[in-house]
Parts: sequence; C-alpha cells; structure tokens
Amino acid sequence: MAAHLKKRVYEEFTKVVQQQHEDLSTKKLRLTKPSKSAALHVDLCKATSPADALQYLLQFARKPVEVESVEGVVRILLEHYYKENDASVRLKIASLLGLLSKTAGFSPDCIMDDAINTLQNEKSHQVLAQLLDTLLVIGTKLPENPSVRMRLVEVACKHLTDSSHGVRNKCLQLIGCLGPVEKGVAKEVESQAAKDVQKIIGDHFNDQDPRVRTAAIKAMLQLHERGLKLQQAIYSQACKLLADDYEQVRSAAVQLIWVLSQLYPESIVPIPSSNEEIRLVDDAFGKICHMVSDGSWVVRVQAAKLLGSMQQVSSHFLEQTLDKKLMSDLRRKRTAHERAKELYSSGEFSSGRKWGDDAPKEEIDTGAVNLIESGACGAFVHGLEDEMYEVRIAAVEALCMLAQSSPSFAEKCLDFLVDMFNDEIEEVRLQSIHTMRKISNNITLREDQLDTVLAVLEDSSRDIREALHELLCCTNVSTKEGIHLALVELLKNLTKYPTDRESIWKSSSWHCVFFFNSPFSIDIAVLVLIFNAAKSCPTMPALFSDHTFRHYAYLRDSLSHLVPPLRLPGRKLVSSPVSPSITPHEDPSQQFLHQSLERVYNLQHLDPQGIQELLEFTIRDLQRLGELQSELAGMADFTATYLQCQLLLIKALQEKLWNVAAPLYLKQNALASAAAKQILEETYKMEFMYSGVESKQVVIIHHMRLQAKALQLIVTARTTRGVEPLFGMCEKFLQEVDSFQRCFISELSHMQGSFVDKLLDLMPRLVTSKPSEVVKILQTTLRQSTFLHLPLPEQLHRATANIIEPTGESDNPLRFTSGLVVALDVDATLEHVQDPQATVKVQVLYPDGQAQLIHPKPADFRNPGPGRHRLITQVYLSHTAWTEPCQIEVRLLLAYNSNRSKASSRIPKSTWSESLEALPSPENGIEGTIPFSKPVKVYIMPKPARR
Amino acid sequence: LSAFSLCPGAGQDVGRSCILVSIAGKNVMLDCGMHMGYNDDRRFPDFSYITQNGRLTDFLDCVIISHFHLDHCGALPYFSEMVGYDGPIYMTHPTKAICPILLEDYRKITVDKKGETNFFTSQMIKDCMKKVVAVHLHQTVQVDEELEIKAYYAGHVLGAAMFQIKVGCESVVYTGDYNMTPDRHLGAAWVDKCRPDLLITESTYATTIRDSKRCRERDFLKKVHETVERGGKVLIPVFALGRAQELCILLETFWERMNLKAPIYFSTGLTEKANHYYKLFITWTNQKIRKTFVQRNMFEFKHIKAFDRAFADNPGPMVVFATPGMLHAGQSLQIFRKWAGNEKNMVIMPGYCVQGTVGHKILSGQRKLEMEGRQILEVKMQVEYMSFSAHADAKGIMQLIRQAEPRNVLLVHGEAKKMEFLKQKIEQEFHVSCYMPANGETTTILTNPCIPVDISLGLLKRETAIGPVPDAKKPKLMHGTLLMKDNSFRLVCPEQALKELGLAEHQLRFTCRVHIQDPRKEHETVLRVYNHLKGVLKDYSVQHLPDGSITVESILIQATAHSEDQGTKVLLVSWTYQDEELGSYLTSLLKKGLPQSTA
Repeated sequence: MAAHLKKRVYEEFTKVVQQQHEDLSTKKLRLTKPSKSAALHVDLCKATSPADALQYLLQFARKPVEVESVEGVVRILLEHYYKENDASVRLKIASLLGLLSKTAGFSPDCIMDDAINTLQNEKSHQVLAQLLDTLLVIGTKLPENPSVRMRLVEVACKHLTDSSHGVRNKCLQLIGCLGPVEKGVAKEVESQAAKDVQKIIGDHFNDQDPRVRTAAIKAMLQLHERGLKLQQAIYSQACKLLADDYEQVRSAAVQLIWVLSQLYPESIVPIPSSNEEIRLVDDAFGKICHMVSDGSWVVRVQAAKLLGSMQQVSSHFLEQTLDKKLMSDLRRKRTAHERAKELYSSGEFSSGRKWGDDAPKEEIDTGAVNLIESGACGAFVHGLEDEMYEVRIAAVEALCMLAQSSPSFAEKCLDFLVDMFNDEIEEVRLQSIHTMRKISNNITLREDQLDTVLAVLEDSSRDIREALHELLCCTNVSTKEGIHLALVELLKNLTKYPTDRESIWKSSSWHCVFFFNSPFSIDIAVLVLIFNAAKSCPTMPALFSDHTFRHYAYLRDSLSHLVPPLRLPGRKLVSSPVSPSITPHEDPSQQFLHQSLERVYNLQHLDPQGIQELLEFTIRDLQRLGELQSELAGMADFTATYLQCQLLLIKALQEKLWNVAAPLYLKQNALASAAAKQILEETYKMEFMYSGVESKQVVIIHHMRLQAKALQLIVTARTTRGVEPLFGMCEKFLQEVDSFQRCFISELSHMQGSFVDKLLDLMPRLVTSKPSEVVKILQTTLRQSTFLHLPLPEQLHRATANIIEPTGESDNPLRFTSGLVVALDVDATLEHVQDPQATVKVQVLYPDGQAQLIHPKPADFRNPGPGRHRLITQVYLSHTAWTEPCQIEVRLLLAYNSNRSKASSRIPKSTWSESLEALPSPENGIEGTIPFSKPVKVYIMPKPARR
Repeated sequence: LSAFSLCPGAGQDVGRSCILVSIAGKNVMLDCGMHMGYNDDRRFPDFSYITQNGRLTDFLDCVIISHFHLDHCGALPYFSEMVGYDGPIYMTHPTKAICPILLEDYRKITVDKKGETNFFTSQMIKDCMKKVVAVHLHQTVQVDEELEIKAYYAGHVLGAAMFQIKVGCESVVYTGDYNMTPDRHLGAAWVDKCRPDLLITESTYATTIRDSKRCRERDFLKKVHETVERGGKVLIPVFALGRAQELCILLETFWERMNLKAPIYFSTGLTEKANHYYKLFITWTNQKIRKTFVQRNMFEFKHIKAFDRAFADNPGPMVVFATPGMLHAGQSLQIFRKWAGNEKNMVIMPGYCVQGTVGHKILSGQRKLEMEGRQILEVKMQVEYMSFSAHADAKGIMQLIRQAEPRNVLLVHGEAKKMEFLKQKIEQEFHVSCYMPANGETTTILTNPCIPVDISLGLLKRETAIGPVPDAKKPKLMHGTLLMKDNSFRLVCPEQALKELGLAEHQLRFTCRVHIQDPRKEHETVLRVYNHLKGVLKDYSVQHLPDGSITVESILIQATAHSEDQGTKVLLVSWTYQDEELGSYLTSLLKKGLPQSTA
C-alpha cells in the first residue's frame, strides 16, 4: 500500500510537469528541471529498502528526461549511488547513467569524472561492468575529445586484470571503440596507457574465458573498422584461435583473418613444417576454406560468406576449392562430372546402362592420398553439400562472387552450380540460378549441363521457372544442338505451364551467335528468337523466306518490345546507314523532345489562343513519342503531363466567367473547378508516379499545385456567398504558401517572375487583407505569372503496372458461396515503382460501387531485376448472393502520402505493421491513391448458401 | 589406469557388431548384432568371451545399442533372454520403436520360413524390450554413480546415434554406423570436441572417397523420369527400412517439384509401420523435413500409395518400390518377372547384391535367367545400378576424428586390408595411435587420467592475488597442501592442513652465502646489490632497510666483509621454504656477480 501511495506521489509529480509543458514555453524550462530531479530525489530518499529504490528507478527509467535536467538527475543518482549498499540498485543506477548520457543534445563530459570516480571503490563485478558500459556510452558521445578517450582507455586498461569475464569483456569493448586510431595523435596526448592498444587487446587473445577471447577479437575488428591499420603480427595469433574450442571465438577469428588477408594480401608467410612460403592471402584463404568443414554451422556460414570476397587469391588455390579426389578401394575414380565431360568430348551420349560404368580405374599410391584436405582443397565441394541450407546458400553466393572475377573459375564451378539446381530447398535452387545468370558472360554451357538446366523448366515453382527463363536469355550454349534442345524444352514448358507465355517470349530474345533456321517458324516464340538472333547476325535476313518477312512486320508491330528493329532488304525501316545499334536511335528523339519543349518555353508571348494550340500539339507529339520510344516514355509522359496542367490552367483562366458577375455562371465555373481538381491530381501523379524525380522537379510540381489551389480558392470565392468559409480557406492557402517557402527556400532564386515569387512579394499585404482582397490579388498574380521551365532529370521512369493474371478473358464465372471468401490469384508486373511494399495496393470494385482496398503482404513482392517488381498475391473476395454472374474490376493503386514527399527529408521506411494499418490520420499530409494499371474484369458469381 | 576393449564380433569384419569396453573398472557392451552370412552358431557373437563363469548381469554395467540394423541389434533377445542379462540396455527412442519390428521380422523368417528351432520367441523380444531404457540426443544418462553415457546424432538411419561413455575423466566414443554427409531425410553426424581417450569408429568405406550425392540423385531421378515419360514402368527393389525412405522422399519431392502424375507404389507390410515411426520422429530427420513438417509432414506421402498385387498389370507408367532388395524372392521378384520382357521398363538396384541372387546376375549383365521350373526369362528391360550408401567415407571418418580430437582411435566394422590403409593415414595425419583388433582380440590403451582436486576458494583467490599480475601466457605456481583423506583430494592452505592433522608448524629457512669480489665498503656493496636487484626484478618489491639489509619480498640479504679478505664480501641470502623458487633464483643471480658499475 505504501508503495502504491508513493507511486501516486510520483505520478502526480510527473503530471505537474506535463501540464507545465503545455504552458508557455519560457516558463517550461525553469520549472521542469528542479521538478524532474526533485521527484526522483524525494523518491529515492523515501525508499526504505533496496527493492523499493529499485522500483522507483525502474519507473523513472520509463519516462524520458529533458536535456536540461539531465545533469541534475545524474547528480542525484550519483549521490545515491555512493550511499547505496545494495549491488542491484547500484547496477540500475549505473545503467541509468548510461541511458541518460545518451540523451540527445546532452554533452556528458561534465559527468565523466564522477563516473570514473565511482569505478574506484566498486567491488561488485556486475556493477563494474555496467559502469564501464556507461563510460563507453559517454566516450562514444564525445568523439571530438581525444584526451577524454585516452583517459577512458586508461581506466579500461586498469580493469583488464579483473577476475570477472564481464568486466574484462567491457574493458576490451571500450578499448576497441575508443582506443586511439591515429598514431600521431596518440603520441601527443601520450601517457603510458597509450602504449599500444593492439598489443593490449592481443594479449587477451589467450584469455582463459572464451567470452573474453571473443570480445578481444571483436575489439580488434572494431579498431579496424575505425580505421586503424592492424599489425600483421596478429595474423599468427589469429590462426591459432581458429582451433579454439568455442564457436564464437572461431567465428570471430575467421573474420579477423579475413580482415588481415585484405590488409596484407601480398606479404609472405611461411608454411609450418616446411621451408616453403606463400602469400598471406593464399594462406588465409586456405585457412578459411578449412573452416568450411567446421563443426559448428555458424562458423561454416561465416567462412563460406567470407570466401566470396577474397578475390586476390591466386587461381590455383581458387581452383583447388572445387577439387575432390575420389577413390574406391584405393583406386582412383573419376567424378561424375569428369565422366560427363569425357563422354561429351568423345561425342557419345551416356548409356548409363552398365554396372560399373563408374568403375574405378588406376591404382592409387597409398602414400600420396591426402585425406585431410590441406588448405583450400574441396572447400566448396563441402560447402555445397552441407547439411544446413544457410551454409549452402552462403557457398553459392561466394561461388558467384569469385566466378564473377575469374572467368576460368567460373568455367570450373559450372558443374557444381548446375548440380545445385537440384537442391532440395527452393531458395538454394533459386539462388544458384541467379548466380549462374550473374556469371553468364563468363561461361558456356555444355550440352550435358544444359540438359540438367533445362530439366528445371518443369519445376512447379514459378519463381524458379522465371529465373531460369532469364538465365536462358543470357547464356551461351556451345552447340547448335544445345539451342535446339533448349527450344524444344521451352516449347514443352509452354504447353505445360501456359501462364509462362510472357516470360518465355521475353527469354526468346536470346542473342546467340548460332543461327538455326528450322521448320519451327510457325511458332511465335521461335520467330521472336530468330529475329533477335538476326539482330546480331546480319547475314541471316538473306535466308528468310517470304512469309518470315510478313510475320516480321506483324510481330514488330504487335510485340514491339520483344522484336528488335532489323535491316531487312527492301524495307525502309532502317533509315540510318549506320549499324543498327541502339545509340543512334536515341539522339534524334531526345533532340526532338528537347526542341519541342524549348519551343513551348520560348513562345510565351503568343496570343492565348496560339499558346493553347501549341501546347496541344506539343502534348500530342510527346505522347506519340512516348509510345514509340520506350526509353523516353517516362520523360515524354512527364513533360506532357506538365504541359497538360499548364494548358488546363490557361484554359481555366481564359474562362469567361471571370468577367461576369459571380453568381450567374455556375455552369461555367464547373469547368474551372474541374480543371483545378485535375491539375491537383496530375501533380500528385507527377510527384509520386515517376522514379528519378529530383528536387528541382518537385519544386515545379509543388508550384503547379499551389497555382491549382489558388485557382480553387478563386473559384470558390466566386461561387460561394458569405465570407466566413473563405476566411478558413484563405488562411489555409497562406499557410501552404508559407510552408512552400520553407521547404524550397533554396530553389526560390530560380523562380523569378513565377506565381509564387510574386506572391511572396505581396505576402505582407496578403496576411493583413480581407479574403475578398486576397482573392483579387491572387487572380491577378495568377494571370500575370510566367510559365516555369521544367528542367528534365537524367533518368525518368513512369511507374507502370500490368496485371497478367487474371486475364479478364474468361467467360467462366468464378463461383463461390456468398458470405464465404474466394481467393483470386493476382499476378502483376510493376516497373519503376519505388518501395512497392508500402505503396502498391490492389483495389476491387464491385458492381454495386462498393470498393475494397487490399494491402498485399511484403512477401508477395519479388524483385526479379533492378526497377522491376512482381506482385503475386491472392485477393480475397466476398459478397452477398447475386442472381447472375457479374464482373468486378481489379486494379492496382499507388498510394502516396504528401508527407513522404521527396522534398522533405524522407521518413525512414515504415515497418510492415505500420504499412498494414490503413492509411488514416496523417496530421497534415494528404493521402491518396493513383490508379496505375488498366483495370481487369473478373467474372464472379456468389451463389446463395444452400440451407 | 587404462581402457580395454574387446571385440567378440565385428573386429575386422562387417556384421555381428559387438564390442566390450572396460573403462576405469566399468564394463560396457556396445551393440549386439548378428551376422547375415551364417545360419549356425556363428551368426551371434560369442558371449563366452565376456565371462566364462558368473552371470553376465554381474559383469556388465550396461549394454548400448547404436541403431536398429540387425547387424547391430539382431542378437539382443538371444543375449538378454537366452544367455541371460538383466541389466539396463540403452538405445534412442526411434531405435527402441523400430528395433522390435525388425527383430520380429527376422524371427519370422528364421523360424516360420526356415523352420529353425531353438530360436528366440516373440515373447522374448517383448521381454527384452522391457529392459530397454530410451535416451534422448545429448542427454547425459547416469548409469550408476560413476558411469555416464551421452548420445550424439549419427545420420545413417533414423535414430542412429553415437555414444560417449564416460567414467570420471576417462571417456570412450563409439560411433556405431554413421554418415557425415546429409541425405534427403537425415542430417549429418555431429560430435562436439569432447576429446575422448578412445574413439571407436566404423570403417566400412575406409578406402573410398565418394562423389557428391547430388550427381547420383540427379542421375537416379533423370533415369526414372525418362522412363516414366516414355510410358515405361520402373521397379526399385529395396529393403524395407532406411534407404527406402530416402528414395521415397527423393521421388516424392521430385514428383511434387515437376508436377508429375504417374503413380508411385510402395509394397506394404513392414514399411507402413516403419513409415509411421518416421512420421513421429521428425526431430531426428534433416533440416528441410524438420522445418517444413508444420505445413506438411514429408513422410505423409502424397504421390506414393500402397501397392496391390493387381496393380502390376495396369497399363501406363508407374514406379514401384518392392521388397526385398536383392530380387531373390518375394514381391520384387514377382514384379520383375512380369516386367522384364518389355524394353521400355527399367529396374534400378539401389544397393549391393549378394552373389547368387537375381539382382547380382542382372547387374553383371546376364540377359537370360533360368527361373525355377526350368523357365528361361529373357531380360529386355533396362537395368541400372545406383549406389546410395549411408556410411561415412574415408574423408568423413577423418572429419569426425578431427571434430572429436580423440587421443586414440580404434577401427572396427570393416575389412582388415582397408582398415590398414586408414590406420596408417590416421596415424600420419593426426599423430594419434590407431588400433584395429581382430575378432576376439583385446586392445589395451593406456590413458593418462587427470585427477580432480578440490581447492578452497579462499586459497585460490589468495594465491592468485600474490605476486605479479596474472598473465595468461605463464603458468602460475601455487602453494598449498594436498590432503588425501576418505577417498577425496583437497588442496588446502598449510595452516589449515596443520590444524586438521593436529601438527605443529616448523619453520624452515634456507640460507646461502655468496661471495662477491668488491673492494668497497659494506654499505656501498649493499647499495650496489640493491640497485642491481632493483634493476633486474622489476615486478617484485625490493627494499633497502635502514639496518643495512635488503629484502626482496620476504627474502633477506645481508652483506658482511669476509673475515680474512676485506676485498671479498659475503652476501648472506636467507629465505623460507615457501619462497624457494625466488630464493634460488636470487642466489643464482647473485652468483653471476654484479655488473661492472661505471661509477
């Protein structure tokens, strides 16, 4: 009960604080400081037992403390600390000190001396460790103060001899984080403790406690991260740690060895028990390879991952990692890989029918067999066969990185990578397919390998198949039979999984040097393939038959993104005499784009009618250009939209209504307000639907929006009677102008003569004048303001979405019992959508006008390539019973939030749970959605439930 | 002290595993297997090796069974019920569940089919299983006060385990059969760095280094897939347990992955019961199955159905698993006869076939088989061989040795010639001694046991506090008195020891004279000595007392002039026996003389 009362007292204290908080700001500062500390002081004095005091401290820790009162609180805590006999309370106080010194804006150097003093008489190891932790926090808060750091390091060194592992741990951590990094500085501040941090830490590599050993290695790594060059002498010490009994030590040691191998790749180290010497990076590589068969899988993952980044290793070491000598009854046996290769090179196909096909051949000299792999031998063979898929994935990744930098290694690892296509875990299969795609320019697939690769085309997982299609896009195959095979398999795939059509066609744009004319010309995929091949092989078109040309014309039109432009004899399509590469195409159209924009910007002084016409033409031109040139589509659309806005604005201002008494032309002003509304919408589209929009553009867009809002205000002022509603609107508008100014203050200089520029000049007048005057001023400014140049960014892409499934072609209604749900598979490709997990939504429109917004799970988005996303999700539909089937519409929406605008600093990515909550309650941002895909109709039929 | 091991069976031989280990006075029997090749007394281990007279129960402290294969547990009912053993038998839970099924099957074949008498009965199997104590992985089981055992995962088959047997600080690890590479349903064997005195390991594949499992799996799947696509039928003769489940999982996942529709059948009987246990003991399987069983238990096969005799004549492609594995009798042979004539069909032998069986004949390329009744069967179907073995290869064995870091290795369960090679390799690469006893041979291994001594915390703290800062790189000398009393060892401080023993303390001092040539005055000599010592012994407190003597810690040094020769000074060094180390160091230091002073 007593405790409860005290709690109440405490709560009242805080309440007082908070009320004052809301009071005038000048008063707040003075009142908060004593009250906060006083509350704590009173509490701690009242505490009758350590448990009580602990309770108060715990409660205290839950509330934040203002920067101004931190020091006072710390003093009180310290005072109590000296009095306190109970270790647990001291521990809590020590941890609170750490927390408090983390407070933003508080500089903890004033409490450092006290914190160090507390260490002197402390007996409890736990409290000591906590105090050191606090010191660490203080030290990290004072990065600019080397003398403080030196002092802290000295303190830490003193406590390194403590018998408790916790204390030693913290000391090492502190030394690692605060130890002097630059040699020069250390000497100036020199005292005996500044000896050599590395040596001090290195001495603890042999500590009796594994936790301390780990901490020592981690401290060393920390030093490295902070920029200290580690000494090479540590290498031999680190190597010994690889044989440690404890996995965390080994794991850290592997990292340390890796760091050293990157620092001193070329130094020479001796091989123990022989006179030879090798490069350090090779030696380290061998050692890390050895760890790939460690007993602990954590270490194995670590080792496998690090292998990938050791690119300086010499090639024969690298190639050893794939080596595994097989034997059977002491006779040398060839691996399946070698057999396959041999069969292939001898031109036979594997019969595989003999028992003992793999019979061992020559005898092995027993002395020469080395059962424990020395160094790198077979590391990847082990890694790829590991029990834990984490290790296998790490090994595949490492393989990928190494193969990217070494073509010969890439060729060698191919067999193993192909084998991984049959792993039991899908992630591993996918990873290895991706890996092969990444190294595809270094490899040529043999026929037998291709065989295995193609077998995966039948995989039931769509991700795998699509990854494979992408792989096929960029793989070189050694023979024309191989291509034939691939084609046959692709066609088979097409019949088995018709949904793969899109993906397969894409993969058919496969540029191989081998041409293969065939009776397959009936199939589109083959044709697409042939045309693509023809692009890089100019002699091919001569072999085309007549109907091939006809198909070409058709396909080039219907599937223009897949079929490349070709130089066909007798076709005028090839206008440029230069080689038909992509670059020459870009220039003229880009030029055209810029020219037309220039034209628009320059001809400001045309009569209104002329401007309108010019704008209309330019918009039309731009739109057409966007359709023709996919690379420029984003740019063209973006500018077209902008011009469209301008056009709307001009049109709205040309309205006759402005000349007539307000109430009479209600109909006319519908057009103006509609225009304002549309401009607003378009500006949101411009801001959020394009990737690559820079702040320069954002200003212009916001400016346009501001104009639209001004227009809205004017229109409302004209149509509404009474002044009251206008007050609010005006104030809001002025606020917006204000915030515009604040956000884009740096850009204002570029906006001479613009609407906002003029408006800001008139601002003092606006603030004081009545709404009706404001409206008048706005109207004139709006008319007089010039048209702003829209600078184009380097790259601009419009976010697009294409719903592949449902196709909307089905006549079979999806039947389900009303009141229950039915799952509709939705499959869509998204291009150039930033952060789709947070922004892309699915909307379902029922015939009754009811709309449903669905947030797909983050896991439903895949990222097959840069700028591309794929949404494969299920949408749950439900409705009451209908009498007959009807169509619903499914479309994708892009949600935006003007708070998240690109101009203001980006809010850190919201977590999943946040994004899942609907989009309510933005304080001042405007939330909205932009439909960005064509709606697809789905035929559904909720049946009444049978009773 | 030493650990013995005796091999009544499975010395340099495969089958009939049975090893007797005596460790620090405890006797443990490891495995109790039968030999497949014999039908007489030789099929069981010769238990008379263990003890000629007296009951087995009195002699053995426990019996440990590593896994359910009959060559490791086949003689168990005979041993416990017919020879007579009532002590505890340890095995893992899955082994305990599956072992009686196999024993019962074995009994049926021997008694019911071959009509043998004097064999163990069903009741005996039941009674025997009552004596079994089941253990969990990594669970330390205290057999009695001193003997403890602990199981490690071994791969190989469901429930296979390696056992660590520990008495005091001596320990033995017995591997049973194990597999160091994971397969489709089981993980890899793992043991921690337990540093046993002896590692008893199987060595079936002592001279083989195997290729990656992936290639074999891929070949297998490819062959099956091609045949099925052609519309052919695939026959896979298997033994009911172990590999059969692996192949089932392999095909099942492949069917799932590739969306195949052809039916897969499994001949019923034993397998169904066993599959049930596989479903139950998910924790013993590999990572993939363990992780996915919440969604779906991999052993609840979707595509694999029970086989009916009539299905063999169904048209269209199918895959059938049938027992027994060597095509010598039973269902697999019946199906084989039906399908052999069609070249579209295929038979895949997933394991080794004994000479004389149909399996062996077709594998060695025979195309015309003489069946019973003088029938000639022409084999037109394709015959494939795929080896899926679940034993560790030479590399795997070495890897396990590396993991466990034993002091000695003993090879069992393999052929002598092959073991010889491995033995040589182990000795060469790990520098540990390796043994390979024959059946009935006893190996004695000397161990170097450490004896734990209790020390009071006070003494420990006091001793570590004395002297220079503890340095991990230097061993530290401690002083104390070892008390051996009532079978316990204690290290106590001398005072306490004296008190406990009721003895009075005697002071013991060593004194030593060192002659130094120094013509100077006594106190100057002392000063020089002082400065010298101070320079050399930085870590110790060296003091110059006002009465003209020097103390180094508690050692006293005094200097007097020699009575006859004033040029020679005599340094008297005196120390108590506790400071013997420092004292003798000091005298040797002083005997070297003082450095030539520059002054």
